[in-house]
Amino acid sequence: MKNNPIIKQTSFLLIPVILLFGLYVQFHGDFGPGGGFQAGVIFASGLILYALIEGQAKAEQVFSMRLARILAASGLLLYAGVGVASMFLGANFLDYNVLAHDPLHGQHWGIFWVELGVGLTVTSVMLSIFYAFTHFK
Amino acid sequence: MEHFIIIFLLSLLAITAIAIIFMRDMLSVIMLGSIYSLLSAVIFVVLDAVDVAFTEAAVGAGISSVLFLSAFAVTGKRQALKQKNKLIALISVSLTAAALLYATSDMPYVGDPDAPVQTHVATRYIEQSGSEVGIPNIVTSVLASYRGFDTLGEVAVVFTAMIAVLLLLLRRKEEQEIDREK
Repeated sequence: MKNNPIIKQTSFLLIPVILLFGLYVQFHGDFGPGGGFQAGVIFASGLILYALIEGQAKAEQVFSMRLARILAASGLLLYAGVGVASMFLGANFLDYNVLAHDPLHGQHWGIFWVELGVGLTVTSVMLSIFYAFTHFK
Repeated sequence: MEHFIIIFLLSLLAITAIAIIFMRDMLSVIMLGSIYSLLSAVIFVVLDAVDVAFTEAAVGAGISSVLFLSAFAVTGKRQALKQKNKLIALISVSLTAAALLYATSDMPYVGDPDAPVQTHVATRYIEQSGSEVGIPNIVTSVLASYRGFDTLGEVAVVFTAMIAVLLLLLRRKEEQEIDREK
């Protein structure tokens, strides 16, 4: 597959669009369908396409296994951290109302950070599982 | 009209499932599984569950097929033929199917306004989420705010899955060298 020029050129046209669409789904999840889970999967599939076309070594220069593991953990920690932050501000765990000056703004902030955490974790997990399979050979 | 579309899609779903049973080549099974997910995504769209459809298309049809393909690159492409225990398998599958069919007789009809799922918390989400969370997509406000603790658990599950896969598949360098010496 690496040596097929048609597949290669088409993928290079598609990869930026896929990554951009992933970001759109991530940050537009409040208004349209989508959210962290879907965005993470779409973003990871763009990177996996790159790994399939250009090979594992080049993909790991862009997004290394170590980075994937760190981001997977930090996404989960970001999610839990939002909960802890709301506890420090005097509300229940994951009660976003207190995160900003008024409850609605707090909810927006909370959902934004929480979904970002989900997106980071899902992207990195999908990519690490794919890397793990290709390393195993 | 909507009924016809759903019946058509569900029969396509059944045909795909039956085709999967008779396949021996794993590549075709993965592709048919991907088609199965895509058909389910279309059914979710018809049922107005666009968020679920999106997830099904991205996860079921997209990434899980890629992960299956990379797994079969490691294990081999053809299914081993096993002729033993066919009767036990048939009995257990028919018993499970009978139990499931029996259970569906208790379930409310799709879209029934008096179903417990419509009367319990859904009304609160639909009526209050605009003033309580203030986000147009109710699914997101349920997922990330009302049910934020559940979603935290889901993310933890995804993370744990990664740890498990890495523990199983990634061998340390010393182990790889031992394998090579063998």
